[in-house]
Amino acid sequence: MIIKIEDLSYIYNQNTPFEMKALDNVNLVINEGEFIGLIGHTGSGKSTLVQHLNGLIRPTSGRVIVDGMDTSGDKKNLLKIRQKVGLVFQYPEHQLFEETIYKDIAFGPINLGLNEEEVQQRVKKAMESVGLSYEKLKDRSPFELSGGQKRRVAIAGVLAMNPKVLILDEPTAGLDPRGRDEILGELKKLYEEENITIILVSHSMEEIAMLVNRIIVMHKGKVAMDGKTREVFKEKKKLEELGLGIPQITQFMREYRMKGNPVDDTVITVEEAKNELIKYLRSKGND
Amino acid sequence: MSEEMIRIEDVTYEYGSYGEANYLVAVSNVTMQVNKGEYLVILGHNGSGKSTLAKLMNGLLVPTKGDVFVNGINTKDKERIWDIRKTAGMVFQNPDNQIVATIVEEDVAFGPENLGIPPDEIRRRVDKALEIVEMSEYKKHAPHLLSGGQKQRVAIAGILAMNPECIILDEPTAMLDPVGRREIISTLRKLNSQEKKTIIHITHHMDEAVEADRIIVMEKGRIVMEGTPKEIFCQVDKIKKLGLDVPQVTELAYELRKEGFDVPCDVLTVEELVNVL
Repeated sequence: MIIKIEDLSYIYNQNTPFEMKALDNVNLVINEGEFIGLIGHTGSGKSTLVQHLNGLIRPTSGRVIVDGMDTSGDKKNLLKIRQKVGLVFQYPEHQLFEETIYKDIAFGPINLGLNEEEVQQRVKKAMESVGLSYEKLKDRSPFELSGGQKRRVAIAGVLAMNPKVLILDEPTAGLDPRGRDEILGELKKLYEEENITIILVSHSMEEIAMLVNRIIVMHKGKVAMDGKTREVFKEKKKLEELGLGIPQITQFMREYRMKGNPVDDTVITVEEAKNELIKYLRSKGND
Repeated sequence: MSEEMIRIEDVTYEYGSYGEANYLVAVSNVTMQVNKGEYLVILGHNGSGKSTLAKLMNGLLVPTKGDVFVNGINTKDKERIWDIRKTAGMVFQNPDNQIVATIVEEDVAFGPENLGIPPDEIRRRVDKALEIVEMSEYKKHAPHLLSGGQKQRVAIAGILAMNPECIILDEPTAMLDPVGRREIISTLRKLNSQEKKTIIHITHHMDEAVEADRIIVMEKGRIVMEGTPKEIFCQVDKIKKLGLDVPQVTELAYELRKEGFDVPCDVLTVEELVNVL
């Protein structure tokens, strides 16, 4: 267990006419090595929740424990907590500010007080993790890059802190399909090769289906569903009631099955659907 | 032959001047036409030239070479630029950058006010525009408290109040959540079918292109594909090579065809695939 959330509630603008309860008694345990998809429609509380996980916001009531440290506890722990839990905001490229890509990514590690050699190693590794060539790009201005590349520089800046948990709030928003696939591919690789826990906030069920092994659904500040990816996507009706949906391919398999074709309708990717259908159509052809 | 709304004749557009470090050919020798009443989708990845093309269509940019005609008026004709802008209105990606007033109906009235339209006519237009985008009940609200999809519909209403024949939308859904995206797509369909507006919708979401009359795909400043959605989506390999994607069911149909199954290539929706298998 790397993060534990106990009876967490958060109220914006408490004791004013604009008071709003964004989180309502949330209890969650996040284990090391999980790849979690955090979904919910706009205003469901997911952004407020992730900002609690590295102590950017502190609970109105309840507790958030990161690797044994309470985010509301000793302020000296906050630096450690932020090192352990790296948060990549929406449109993180808006936060780039340095003259060169190297300096931008090195900003965090330098503030940790690391020596030059170590900083350099971290920058190099972080850039490689997100598919940016260290030699070619380190001295370029981040502002000369394309949107997708800028975003990767911003993600590298968080990775250079060597976090144990990486949280990304809609990392593919506004990117074109190529930029999106590149970032998702890099996340997949990062998860498989490094010992890192990832929490991905996304509106795309197809994206979620491709990557994560657990889904947490937020609705009106509460955890509405929590389970294995495949299990959660079985609950089409419930997801739709929450303003969400299932991947198009799963939708297709369900409807195909309802028309009297006994196929496995719990598939969640095109690859799985293809294999299942080939098997089914061939056996039907042989009858 | 359909009546033409916009005609683009051998147009090239260059950013910066030739020889400079940041010199870039964004649109290169493009010739095309948009017909009145058409629902055209322009697809392309970032940097393919699709936004530049859009800006050329209402005179925000003037071609480096070639000519653009909007309802027969050349966009180079500076004296008629307001006629062009009144004919072809434009909606951009970020709704927050397009809202100028603190009350929804005042925001929608901004355009017609600047055109010098009499107040009672403005009132009529604003009410009608808000009704079309289904935002009438929010007319006294503050725009910044609306959702992304609602804000974007207010932005569309602001354009509608100018009464253009043609609306150009540059990635209007890129910053919206799925609910907001659906709201915008259904609004666009309604504008096209009921209000008979010519719609030019620029996007990189393939699934938003399914309903179009015609699709144009841009790459490196040129038109590389053109056809009906079915004609375009049949070419799954080519589309993927261009850095775009196809709906999951289209991809599945394509994969099954490759395995030797008799599946048509132009499957675009869940229902169609269920029916052909």
